[in-house]
Amino acid sequence: MRGNLAKTIELVNTQVFRRAMLPKSYTDRLGRKLFLLLLTVQGLGAFALITLGVMVKKFRVAPRVLQPLVRREISRAGVALLPMFFFIALALGFVVVSQTVSALAKLGQSDWLGSTMVIVIVRELGPLLTAMLVLARVGTANVIELGTARALGEVEALEALGIDPVHYLIVPRIIGMAAGIFSLTVYLILGALASGYLFAFLQDVPMTPGDYLKQIAGALSWLDFALLALKTTAFGFFIAIVTCYHGLAQPLRLEDVSRVAVRAVTQGVMVCVLVDAVFIVLYLVT
Amino acid sequence: MSETTFHPAVIEMKGADVCALRDGALTVVAAVNWTVAPGEFWVVAGQQHSGKSDLLMLAAGLMTPARGSARVFGCDPEALGEAQIAERLRVGFVFAGGQLFNQLSVQENVALPLRYQKNLSAAEAGRVADVLLEMLELTPFAHVHPANLAVNWRQRAALARALILKPELLLLDNPLARLGGRHRAWLLQFLDELGRGQAWFGGRPMTMIASTDDLRPWHDEGKKQFAVLREKNFAVVGSWNAVRASGDHAVKELLGEPPGPTL
Repeated sequence: MRGNLAKTIELVNTQVFRRAMLPKSYTDRLGRKLFLLLLTVQGLGAFALITLGVMVKKFRVAPRVLQPLVRREISRAGVALLPMFFFIALALGFVVVSQTVSALAKLGQSDWLGSTMVIVIVRELGPLLTAMLVLARVGTANVIELGTARALGEVEALEALGIDPVHYLIVPRIIGMAAGIFSLTVYLILGALASGYLFAFLQDVPMTPGDYLKQIAGALSWLDFALLALKTTAFGFFIAIVTCYHGLAQPLRLEDVSRVAVRAVTQGVMVCVLVDAVFIVLYLVT
Repeated sequence: MSETTFHPAVIEMKGADVCALRDGALTVVAAVNWTVAPGEFWVVAGQQHSGKSDLLMLAAGLMTPARGSARVFGCDPEALGEAQIAERLRVGFVFAGGQLFNQLSVQENVALPLRYQKNLSAAEAGRVADVLLEMLELTPFAHVHPANLAVNWRQRAALARALILKPELLLLDNPLARLGGRHRAWLLQFLDELGRGQAWFGGRPMTMIASTDDLRPWHDEGKKQFAVLREKNFAVVGSWNAVRASGDHAVKELLGEPPGPTL
């Protein structure tokens, strides 16, 4: 009996669902999603401003506690990822650089090599790929660590001891991630360009290392260096803010941590793409 | 109570509504009128979910009252910002579950507040922490991480962390709940010593507030003051004799007498 009743209800529901042109629930759903998005943006903005304020105001507070934490974060978001980035640089050189070099050489358009490399590797792929990889490896760990700490009441314990949780938990992560992404991007770009030439050389592309370097150096301007530093630092800052916000900003239950980690990674990717878009505009304007 | 006229009260609540930590809109205890004088030892008893922890959080200045006023060392908790950090550090808080930092060893946990507040190196703060660990018989566990520690010792490490800054007011959230018999006896004796004044903490009697869901282990000769939480109300009972003589069914229940209906 019960099974039949359930089936009937299901049938009726699907029929209603199919007949309705635009049920109210669609608009409700969309509205709720938009509202939630706005709330998240507001929360993230407030959190970023608070964190910046703490960074400036407490620059001189307890340096002997903070410095080891910053070193640990730099090692976690930078040094520890070097082996992986060595491999990624080789792969990027093989997949993108060597193919581009040999294709341009075949077409007799080697003059475009420099600017192509600068746009593809230096401006776009290097920073964005680094940010994504650091987000995946360190950002997720951030959300889970902070989320668990929050769920276990460690944040209240810090407050009870007169320790500012933003200063103690978040500031080192932001510095570590910004420094890590900046340095890893530089290594990734250098590695990809070097290994790319190596693979192109193995494919008998008629180009000397001197020509290759001259081409790339010629296409680089001082602005590329400045914007690269700015962009990678921004990536690090925003990834750290998004992941720390989701881990720390709301009281969580232990079972919420995995759900929040997924959300933080998605939003981290979105924020990086947005930051990238802003920098594309900057490149186009300048 | 006559002492309050000579000393400023450590805690003074007037018509304070206590809201839940997890839900700011929910009032768990209403209109608390409570004055704690220096050197007093209060035991606040109540059933589970009666708002003991939230009341203690308010008393520690970690939360603000939804209505009324609550002053800790004469300061409004809302005003306990960066400038009043010294006032905050006069209060030690031991959480019900210990709430130790799982990434740090016991010694690092205990030394952290000192390192952060005084900007000391790990070695310098570690030396001070070792003295306290010795006092609390925690030396063998100094380099063990909390996850590998039995609950009894974890709770004691949390007590050490709350004491490292030599607070004047110590708040303990249900400290006996998870302890075995020997550890209970040790803790009660240690708290009595603190109440008499111990040399390491400057020799002055420490003001203490402990919450509990069972009054029986806290019996004494009249030094402790008792209060109960029932049906969102805070009521001062008085000394142990008053507790024994009380006809209130909530007090009787907390003394282990057969309970009334659970719902």
